[in-house]
Amino acid sequence: MSNPLADMEKPDVIFCIGTNMTECHPVAATRLKRAIARGAKMIVADPRHIGLADLADLYLPIRVGSDAALLLAMAHVIDREGLVNEQFIGDRTVEGEKFLEHVKQFPPEWAAEITGVPAEDIERAALWYGKADRGAIYYTLGITEHICGVDNVQSLCNLALMTGNIGREGTGINPMRGQNNIQGAGDTGAIPNNYPGFQPVTDPKNQEKFRRAYGRTVDLEKGITKVTALEMAGDQIRAMLIDGENTVVSDPDRHHCEHALKSLDHLVVIDIFLTETAELADVVLPAAAWGETDGSQTNTERRVQRLRAAVPPPGDAKPDWWIISQLARRLGFQGFEFTDAKGVFNELCSLSVTYAGLDWDRIEHGEYQWPVPEPGHPGTPILHQGTFVNGRGIFHLISYRDPAETIDDEYPVWLTTGRRLQSYHTRTQTGRSAGIDYFLSEESLEIHPDDVAAWGLRDGGWARMHSRRGCVLIKVKETRRSPRGTVFASFSFNDVPVNILTGGGYDPVTQTAELKVCPVRVEPAEAPSARQGVA
Amino acid sequence: MIANPTDAKSESLTLDGKEVSFTPGETIYEVATRHRKRIPTLCYDERLEPFGGCRLCAVEVEGSRLPVASCTTKATPGMQIRTSTASVEKHRRTLLEMVASENREIDVDPLRGYASQELSTLLDRYDARTGRFAGAQSGSSRPDDDNPFILRDYDLCISCYRCVRVCAEQEGDHAISVMSRGFHTQITTEFEGLLKHSACTFCGQCVQTCPTGALADRKAMRFAHLSGETKQTRTICPYCGVGCSVDILTKDSTMVGVLPAMDGPANLGALCVKGQFAWDFVQHPDRLATPLVRGADGELQPTDWDTALDRAAEGFRKVVDEHGRHSVYAVASGRAPNEAGYLMQKFVRAGLGTNNVDNCSRA
Repeated sequence: MSNPLADMEKPDVIFCIGTNMTECHPVAATRLKRAIARGAKMIVADPRHIGLADLADLYLPIRVGSDAALLLAMAHVIDREGLVNEQFIGDRTVEGEKFLEHVKQFPPEWAAEITGVPAEDIERAALWYGKADRGAIYYTLGITEHICGVDNVQSLCNLALMTGNIGREGTGINPMRGQNNIQGAGDTGAIPNNYPGFQPVTDPKNQEKFRRAYGRTVDLEKGITKVTALEMAGDQIRAMLIDGENTVVSDPDRHHCEHALKSLDHLVVIDIFLTETAELADVVLPAAAWGETDGSQTNTERRVQRLRAAVPPPGDAKPDWWIISQLARRLGFQGFEFTDAKGVFNELCSLSVTYAGLDWDRIEHGEYQWPVPEPGHPGTPILHQGTFVNGRGIFHLISYRDPAETIDDEYPVWLTTGRRLQSYHTRTQTGRSAGIDYFLSEESLEIHPDDVAAWGLRDGGWARMHSRRGCVLIKVKETRRSPRGTVFASFSFNDVPVNILTGGGYDPVTQTAELKVCPVRVEPAEAPSARQGVA
Repeated sequence: MIANPTDAKSESLTLDGKEVSFTPGETIYEVATRHRKRIPTLCYDERLEPFGGCRLCAVEVEGSRLPVASCTTKATPGMQIRTSTASVEKHRRTLLEMVASENREIDVDPLRGYASQELSTLLDRYDARTGRFAGAQSGSSRPDDDNPFILRDYDLCISCYRCVRVCAEQEGDHAISVMSRGFHTQITTEFEGLLKHSACTFCGQCVQTCPTGALADRKAMRFAHLSGETKQTRTICPYCGVGCSVDILTKDSTMVGVLPAMDGPANLGALCVKGQFAWDFVQHPDRLATPLVRGADGELQPTDWDTALDRAAEGFRKVVDEHGRHSVYAVASGRAPNEAGYLMQKFVRAGLGTNNVDNCSRA
């Protein structure tokens, strides 16, 4: 997030797109509710009539995967109506003129055709955001899990740049990070292109810094992404070390993923449960869980906070840092003589530019939001104040692209996937917490009542759902949360492995899978005798 | 636009004979609390709009015929306030005696909730366990609500409306309402139904603000029979990226519950159903407690760390020898601490000299 969570109570116009915040980030959503109670207006764009849509002053039911068209048309209206912040564009950005010229070709009528949202609503959304004193954008994976995820994010940036809604209190571009420490995973350098602190591995300065720190030369080129690694499994990739990820259930195209992991010569999994992924491993190393280990994690607003052990881990389970260090030492790797989490964190801070001013003692009360460039620095709750990290904000000339797969006669229905309030990811945790089943004991496919009737289905009955990659059996749930022609399921339940179906395409830049769009065919089915999700 | 407190000019008033300054907009209660006056309250939760329902916080103000509720009365310049006169204290004690007279029990297990000891603590402070007013009771429990998280024991309800207000103001859910008045007051939901049929999201905020334990954490109460002191450990919720601060409750080596941290920078006391109630996976019998290696029979077999680590290392060494260092790939967790992520990338970069590491953010 460019702005702190506390700022969510301060905008006068809130624009939420591709975020089911009341279910996926409920505590953050309470702040938006307070902003609304205070008089802020909220625009919500989402294919489904999610909980946030109930709270919205303006709801835009866009077709799945049409975000970029909506955002281009909003930019068009903002420009046409003279709501562009000329001074901000002049002082702080580049390519502004080209961008304003570019968006002239995308009127709301054009976007209405693609998104299915009436042109006048697109116009209204643009006017509200364009006129806002404090306009804030919030998004989640509904923006990024597309073949055009990068385009979508850059389109949001374009809107913020053209209106100057960045670098000030109550504004900004705010991705809501999905997992407790997914921000930290990137911060710590567990990505193929960056050293810790987002220092590019291709920069000779960084290469030299880490060569000295680690006592060896590291490749000068970026590594491959996990998506590519899974494709190369059994061929160029022969061994994997996976920590705390149920890849088989959470990743797209399950058959492909399972096949990839099975074709490895060697798979080592560190986890707290014997997940579907761990079951494929040659060696499974038991980790200490939340509440059993000291450490730190970084939230969606870049706040670095302490984790503390309250109980000992079961049996022989050990903290991740200990396990990885032990494994490294047995391989003869240098620099893994750690005795506690504190030592690891302090080394991270010494090498990271974003955590450079932090150390174990300084994060005791969690008051710092990175970047904290040097000790004594108060942290940076609001990014891009006065200046952007890379100098000037760059407008990107985005065009709309169709999803990788679009509906046709054989697969005439859009499937979109996500999470639900009471289940988390692949339910390794929530599925093992007493009482959760009272609310959510099984997966179901959310379908509009008219479609249920038209497709010969029955509420509470069963359906077979096919995509180009596979087929699952799933219970039918009638609901007006789904628009006609679009259905929804979560990927949480292993007995309804929805990710067998997904994986039609990937963003060319980030290789993020298009999990939010998957054309399917839905047919009535007999109730399975014993629950078997795979047809 | 929210006014910035530093914009306003400071004014002064007299508090128990001493001149003190205040910021226009502050209530008498806020000014007094800032000056360490211990004014008792039952309907007050600093995160909520002042309500003025319990009348315990009444103070004397010069020129006012009757005591005023300090939580709802704004401080004004020159005000002369007495927070603890004999008459005010007598009024408080009587009120407490009356409140207590309505409840089936006063001393409840602290595992019921964050604020559950407020009433019993005040009764002790005011020596108000006299039983003078025993008789009529208000509020009836809902034993029919079989939800696994929230006990609705309204026999202990004192109609402070904190649950109603936290649900509306803090959560924006408006799931809880009030029916009837006086001795017939009943906290309820729409159509007097079960919580699961209401707008309730089971965030547990009503439980944590309840000053008597009438609303209680059913999961934590399963551990009420365990003896020993309950300890709190401050940490961060293990679910989404908001990073809510929580206090884990433990008795010896058993996790018995979670409390929201009222001073948590990301959440200010708020939690959701997962953070509040989905913590016991940690103690699930499925937890891996020993390393496993695949045996000759193709099955995973329990073993010790030395064997498992040797086997893990040997596999990597063999692959590197046969196929080169680029044939190894590492996937870090978005759930594990920063230290795990850092060491996963160090394993790959410092160990293998490649950049073949990623995390789960692409899927």
